[in-house]
Amino acid sequence: MPVLQSRNLYKDFGAVEVLKDINLSIEAGEFLVLVGPSGCGKSTLLNIVAGLETASAGDILIDGQIVNDVAPKDRDIAMVFQSYALYPTMTVEKNITFGMRVRNVPRREREEALQRVAKLLHIEHLLRRKPSQLSGGQRQRVAMGRALVRRPKLFLFDEPLSNLDAKLRAQMRGEIKQLHKRLGATIVYVTHDQTEAMSLATRIAVMSDGKIVQLGAPQDLYDRPNSIFVADFIGSPAMNFISGRIQARDAKPVFVADHDGAPLALPVDHYDFGGDFGGGVEGDLRDGQELILGIRPEYVTSGAANHHGAVSVDFELVPSLMETNGFDQHIVFEFCGAELVGRFSSKESVEVGRPHRVHLDLSEISLFHAESKVRL
Amino acid sequence: MTSGQADTRAGLMRSTPLRSAPLRRAGRPWTATLLRGLLFLILGLFVLYFTLPLFVMIVTSLKSLEEIRQGSLLGLPQEIELTSWATAWGSACIGVSCHGLRPYFWNSILLVVPAVVISTAIGAINGYALSKWRFPGSDVIFGLMLFGCFVPFQVILLPMAITLGKIGMAGSVSGLILVHVVYGIGFTTLFFRNYYVAVPDELVKAAKIDGAGFLAIFTQIFLPLSIPVMVVTVIWQFTNIWNDFLFGVSFSQGGSQPITVALNNIVNSTTGVKEYNVDMAAAIIAALPTLLVYVVAGKYFIRGLTAGSVKG
Ligand SMILES: Nc1ncnc2c1ncn2[C@@H]1O[C@H](COP(=O)(O)OP(=O)(O)OP(=O)(O)O)[C@@H](O)[C@H]1O
Ligand SMILES: [Mg+2]
Repeated sequence: MPVLQSRNLYKDFGAVEVLKDINLSIEAGEFLVLVGPSGCGKSTLLNIVAGLETASAGDILIDGQIVNDVAPKDRDIAMVFQSYALYPTMTVEKNITFGMRVRNVPRREREEALQRVAKLLHIEHLLRRKPSQLSGGQRQRVAMGRALVRRPKLFLFDEPLSNLDAKLRAQMRGEIKQLHKRLGATIVYVTHDQTEAMSLATRIAVMSDGKIVQLGAPQDLYDRPNSIFVADFIGSPAMNFISGRIQARDAKPVFVADHDGAPLALPVDHYDFGGDFGGGVEGDLRDGQELILGIRPEYVTSGAANHHGAVSVDFELVPSLMETNGFDQHIVFEFCGAELVGRFSSKESVEVGRPHRVHLDLSEISLFHAESKVRL
Repeated sequence: MTSGQADTRAGLMRSTPLRSAPLRRAGRPWTATLLRGLLFLILGLFVLYFTLPLFVMIVTSLKSLEEIRQGSLLGLPQEIELTSWATAWGSACIGVSCHGLRPYFWNSILLVVPAVVISTAIGAINGYALSKWRFPGSDVIFGLMLFGCFVPFQVILLPMAITLGKIGMAGSVSGLILVHVVYGIGFTTLFFRNYYVAVPDELVKAAKIDGAGFLAIFTQIFLPLSIPVMVVTVIWQFTNIWNDFLFGVSFSQGGSQPITVALNNIVNSTTGVKEYNVDMAAAIIAALPTLLVYVVAGKYFIRGLTAGSVKG
């Protein structure tokens, strides 16, 4: 039985519709990450699951029970907030045990739970301090501790790492992953951070404008985004998009990029059209229909290297911008009136303005309808 | 290349004011000193202006009637006499009873302490509910309370008298307490609401998930945060209620009157010689508690007024 389900969930604040028909089902032990642009309704969804907001329509089920009218404290959930929301006048110890004190848990039990969590999160030496005497990372741990003492059915995390610097964030990310593994907890986790989403999630739900636009395993979303929105949102640097049209040549489909000069044809006959493209151009696809081809930067590499077997083309392109990050370099080329970002080894010597041989590996492309922006 | 040029240009511009600086500094010593002197002079005059009345009061209260009649207003007493203080406190006549201010001082304490405590407590709960447990119409309620702060004393005298009469509290201390509580709630609510608005909502959410309810969140999370605003509110309410004359004279009678009314009666008594020294001593006694409150808690008052947010 799913730990958490949401059925046809709607939420509006007056005239603004914030959530539109959210359907989710989360099994025990899952780590679901919610991503999406700012204001798309992630926090609102989490708050409704927690019972801190009421839905306008639809149901929330925890362990198969409808909990729409159940108070937050009786839902057996724990939540970690973006701002940590530590009680400023209480010590760390009091912060962590507040929930248990409110619920009249016996002292001995409280003490044991506190020690267990303090050890787990390495905050034993901080128990007597007030939140104002802690660093960001330590506060984050305490916030986590407040959730973990409870062993609830479901954890809700609302951007818990967004206030930390990059290094600490990476470290805490690792620790959260460890915690998830060790405790087998069920977690719903909101983040803006690509890396966090990809590395933590067992499944990712991409939200846009109050709707879940795609839900799936991280690698699935990355390899087969179902729309340009998801393709653009997942992955950094973002996927490259080339507009053009589909044409049949010798009964084989080719993608002809919009190009000022001679038409630029890219072979796409290996693409899984899902029955759309049978031999000639037929089915849903018209000959000459406008499409958008998406290709990830890591498939745009230097032509100087050796490549075998892949469906690929080479071009002579002029780099217009480059960005090094030690491990590799992101090179921006001008291509068919748009920017094409390639991911080159940092060993590669590239110079802005000097033409470079660029290799496009077309084995992992995505094709989208130009009009509906939906994947073929 | 271009950025290098920009740098040199910026450098040139920077050097110009540097060169003119010594010129300005050369003119500084005497004008600056003059201005500073003028500033202190003005400040000094203000200090004089504000402390002179207090000085006159203290000096007069220590003089004998004889000396007051002969000497100048500002002159120091030739002989310090504390008898007028004793009279004002213990034996000055107010109406027919001659027990001084003492009984009225206690009246005021018995009035002010409950009135301050109750109005502050209600203000805290109100402010908490209106900022963290909003409900449809809560903003309207707050708006009305805010409006209540601007209603002058005189306006509510008559309706209040009628109300007190109807509920059978006319002329009693508890009635007067009620008046002050009702009148003060607007201010205390305003203070607390504005303070609590700055406390992040997520604190309440976290506490709700932890299992705490309305009152537990208030007493265990919000009250401990409230010391600065509490001090501000208490000082404000204490000063206003202690110094109030109009409500006191309108809604109390006979022996239950507050000290301000008694003071007025001492000073305005028409029988016999006018005892200025006793009047002055009585006035100072009546003002002492508020002075004391400011001296003790004044620094929190300023701090509380300026403190905006609560840091985690
Ligand atoms: N109490 C409220 N009243 C009116 N509108 C609200 C309220 N709370 C949220 N909204 C609106 O609902 C939308 C979704 O807000 P929400 O906080 O869920 O976004 P989010 O996805 O969490 O964004 P972020 O990533 O910036 O945290 C926003 O457009 C916001 O303005
Ligand atoms: Mg949010």
